[in-house]
Amino acid sequence: MTDGPVYWNPVLETYPLEKIRVLQLKKFNKIFQWAYDNSKFHRKLYHEAGVGPDDIRTLEDIQTIPKVDKSAMQDIQRKDPFPYGDALCVPLEEVTEYRQTSGTTGQPVYQPDTWQDWEWWSESWAYLLWAQGYRPHDRVFIPFGYNVFVAFWAGHYGAEKIGCEVVPGGVLDTRARILKIQELNATAMMGTPTYILGMADTAVNEMNLDPSQLTISKITCAGEPGASIPSTKRRIEEAWGAKVYDHAGATEIGAWSYECLEQPGGMHVNEALFLVEIEDIETGEIIEKPGRRGKMIITAFDRQAQPCIRFDSKDIIEWDANSCSCGRTFRLIKDGVVGRADDITKVKGVLFAPSAVEDVVRGLDGLGNEYELQIDTVDSREQISLQVELMPEAETRRETIEAELSDQLRLKTNLRYDLKFRKYGELPRYQVKANRFKDNRNNL
Amino acid sequence: MSDSQFNLEEIDRLIQSMKKAAKTAAEQAESFPAVKKNVDRILASIKMLEINISDIITLDDE
Repeated sequence: MTDGPVYWNPVLETYPLEKIRVLQLKKFNKIFQWAYDNSKFHRKLYHEAGVGPDDIRTLEDIQTIPKVDKSAMQDIQRKDPFPYGDALCVPLEEVTEYRQTSGTTGQPVYQPDTWQDWEWWSESWAYLLWAQGYRPHDRVFIPFGYNVFVAFWAGHYGAEKIGCEVVPGGVLDTRARILKIQELNATAMMGTPTYILGMADTAVNEMNLDPSQLTISKITCAGEPGASIPSTKRRIEEAWGAKVYDHAGATEIGAWSYECLEQPGGMHVNEALFLVEIEDIETGEIIEKPGRRGKMIITAFDRQAQPCIRFDSKDIIEWDANSCSCGRTFRLIKDGVVGRADDITKVKGVLFAPSAVEDVVRGLDGLGNEYELQIDTVDSREQISLQVELMPEAETRRETIEAELSDQLRLKTNLRYDLKFRKYGELPRYQVKANRFKDNRNNL
Repeated sequence: MSDSQFNLEEIDRLIQSMKKAAKTAAEQAESFPAVKKNVDRILASIKMLEINISDIITLDDE
C-alpha cells in the first residue's frame, strides 16, 4: 500500500535533466573547493595533477580531476589526525560517527562523519525508502548486527526520518529475529539478499514456518547485486510473499541508487545528491550513452568530513536508454549493479561475470540458493568449477537438472564448468555478504 | 510535477530565517552545551532543507 505524496522531494525528483546537470556542476564545484581548501590529501592530489577549482567550468572538465580509490584511502589512513589521516576536512572534535568498510579487499577504510554528514546519510536513504513505498505506518524490522559496518545503520535512521517505526534486530539470532517479526507484525525489512534468503531457509527448515505467511510486504536489499538478479529476486519474493527492492550504496559513498515502486528493470541514480560517471574499463573513456557497460566513478556532493570525489567504486553499471514511468527524471542504470570490476575476469579468453552464474543457479527449480564458484589452473589450463546443492525433493531429477544447468551456463557465459552436486546444507552459509567466488589462478 | 506547485522562494526564506535564528542562539550560548549542541543538530537538519530547497533557488537565481 502506498499513500500520500509520490516523491520525497517532488521538485528535485522530477527536475528536467538539463537543470539537474547545471545543479550537479554547481554542487561539484562546491565540494571540490571544500576538499581543496580543507584536505591536505586532496590538495596535494590535485596540485600534482595541475588542476584546481578554477579549472572546472563544465561537466566534461570534471574528467580531468584525478580519481581516488580504496587503496589510496588505505594508504593515507592510520596516521594523524588519527586514525583518518590527511583526507579529513573537519577538526576531529566535529566527527560524531565512526564506521568502516568490511575489509574484504584489504585493510578496512575508516569513515568519519559529522552529525551533518549523518543527517545526509539518512536523507539519501529517505529518498530511496519513500520511492519504495515506505510510509509512516510501516513497522520496519532490521535484522542487522549493528556494529562498525555502516550497512543498515543509515537505513535505520532514514526510516526514522520518514516516520516509520523501526525495530532494531541487533544481537538476536536468526530464529529470534523471525519470531520477533511474527510477534510484532513487522511490515518491512532490510538486509543483504544472502541473509534474507538464509532467514527464509531457517524459517522453513528449522522452524517449520512459512515466511510468506508473515506480514512482511516489502524488503529492501543492499550489499550484494542479488536483488537485481532476476532469479534471486524471484526466490526472495516467493519465499517471503513480499516485493523486493534493490538499492546500491557504499560506506565511502552513501546511498546513491535505488529501485522505485515501478521496478522498471533498473535503479534510479539519485542525481540530486551524486554525480555518477561511467568509465570504459579498458580505454578510460567516459561513457555518456546507454548500451555500454563500464565502472562507476562517483562524487557525493554534500559529504564533508571525508569527501567522496571521483571515487573509483569498481561497480559495473550501464545507463538505461529508457525513462521510468514513475515520473522521476533521475536516470536509470540498467539491471542495477551487474558486478564488480575486480570480479569480472577473463576465463579461457572469455569475459566472465560471476553474477551470471547466480542468475542461472537460482533460476533452476531443484537447486538450493547456495553455490560456490572457483577458478583454478590445472596442468596449465584454466578450469572453472561450480558446486551447487540439490534439494532433497529433486533427487530423482538430478540428471535433467544437471543437463539444464550445463546448457544454461554455456548459453549465458560461453563456458563449460566442472559441476559438483552437493546435498542440501553442505555448502557454506553466509551471515551478511557472501564470498562465493574464488579465483585461485594467482595463488600458484 | 513542477516546482510552480510550491512557493519555493517563500520556503527558502523561512529556511534562511530559521538558520539565522539558530546561529544567533548558538552565538549567545557558547558556554551552554545544552543549547550549543542542540543547535548544531538543528543546523544539520537545516542543511538538509537547503539541499532539498535552497540549492534549487540559488540555481534559478543564476
